Amino acid sequence: MLKMENVNVSYGSIHALHDISLTVNDGEVVSLIGANGAGKTTTLHTITGLKAASSGVIEYDGKDLRKMDPSHIIRVGMAHVPEGRHVFTQMSVQENLEMGSYIMNDKSQIRKNMDMVYEYFPRLQERKKQLAGTLSGGEQQMLATGRALMSNPKIVLMDEPSMGLSPLLVKEIFHIIRTLHQNGITVLLVEQNAKMALAVSDRAYVLETGRISMSGKASELLANDNIKKAYLGA
Amino acid sequence: MGTQISIFIQQIINGLKIGSVYALVALGYTMVYGIIKLINFAHGDFIMVGSYVLLYTIPIMVAGGLPAWMAVILAILACSAVGITVEKVAYKPVREKGTKMSALITAIAMSLFLENLAQTLFGASPKSLSTIFNFPNLEVGSTKLNGNTLLTIAIGVAMMIALQLFVKKTKMGKAMRAVSEDGEAAILMGINKNRTISITFAIGSALAAVASLMYCASYPQATPTLGSMLGLKAFIAAVLGGIGIIPGAMLGGIIIGLVESLTKAYIGTLTGGVITSAFSDAIVFGILIIVLIVKPAGILGKNVGEKV
Repeated sequence: MLKMENVNVSYGSIHALHDISLTVNDGEVVSLIGANGAGKTTTLHTITGLKAASSGVIEYDGKDLRKMDPSHIIRVGMAHVPEGRHVFTQMSVQENLEMGSYIMNDKSQIRKNMDMVYEYFPRLQERKKQLAGTLSGGEQQMLATGRALMSNPKIVLMDEPSMGLSPLLVKEIFHIIRTLHQNGITVLLVEQNAKMALAVSDRAYVLETGRISMSGKASELLANDNIKKAYLGA
Repeated sequence: MGTQISIFIQQIINGLKIGSVYALVALGYTMVYGIIKLINFAHGDFIMVGSYVLLYTIPIMVAGGLPAWMAVILAILACSAVGITVEKVAYKPVREKGTKMSALITAIAMSLFLENLAQTLFGASPKSLSTIFNFPNLEVGSTKLNGNTLLTIAIGVAMMIALQLFVKKTKMGKAMRAVSEDGEAAILMGINKNRTISITFAIGSALAAVASLMYCASYPQATPTLGSMLGLKAFIAAVLGGIGIIPGAMLGGIIIGLVESLTKAYIGTLTGGVITSAFSDAIVFGILIIVLIVKPAGILGKNVGEKV
């Protein structure tokens, strides 16, 4: 279980997150929705230590993530697919996936994971020798997601996986999230595309200017009039 | 005619020799730049450190019945230790708290510090090293080729191939490339960024130690400022080839070496004595200026437009 309690984060004098508390139970898909600048990405960065919290508790399976070196977070079984994909553009698709399993030493397990990723995303296998920088945006998103799966994570944090993708590819990405869910992987999803995010989620939190303004079952939020007006364009 | 061709070949070989020294040093500049975007101006002085280590350890090696060049192992260890220490003590704190400019100034300060430290410890006057290699000369037709020169080139090429294999094929090498391209994403993969930076400094400094062996094999003198001009030219080589690009540093080094050797040999005759070989450095720097005007990212560099 991932737990945040009263987490505060500042960028200099700008107080970006105010007393954020949230939980993600094992096996759940939880989404974090909100407008631009609400603090969604900052929340994910704070969990994986890319941004330091100024106060509060962040725990995963009882382990204090705030005390952990950011490069050790992946070792507790948490992978982060960053916003804007951040694939290694000067490395081949295969090398990118190898980097995803950097913490693993078992060659046969790495091989198995790579086959699994290629099964999820057959297009990556066709392009495995190609430099990641030459891939299309959708393919890069697939690669970033596949790379995160290479370490056999128990929980995946996904930051705006649908950003800049065509509707067809967005569907494909959400299909993958569903598949991960079925395979028992926990997902914390940050999305602008609230409608699709809520459709795949069990629960959701709504962030507004650094504060959680609402939370609950995804199906209930989907039916909520305020949410509909603010985020679903209805 | 025959002798002229043979002189030309000898000049090319000499150019390749000094070029491979520049290339090894340029690799250190380019690898460090690739990973922390810092021009490590103290890098040239790591060669100087290497030369003093060689100066004092070669007699020990010889006394122990070992070949003189084995002293390079100690030079590699010493230079790597100096490189890692400089990074941890001087650059890391500035990198975390300061700006790129303050890091650059720190690098210049470290360079001056090392030079002055060497002057205090060993004195300002040059000290002569004993012979490092004694390789027989080779004669191909009428061309006499210096054996030590050929050996120097061979060592340089071997080091470059080894580095390229390391960076392309090993897990550590790939991690280095990952950190150099996208530090945050590399951290998310579980790569320890600080350790990777230390290893990069260690490898760069080790290459500087090998370069000092190659350099001292031809010019067997240790001075506190040995690394400043050598380092500057290697830096030019790195920029010429495209800073941050490993094959670029190799190419840049070889080009600078060849240009220097050929201008020294021919510029006087070609210009009827107007420009003498004393201008060879000016020509090397001039080439850099032209390349930077025509292709600011260097020969192998790509002009990457900022994606917004």
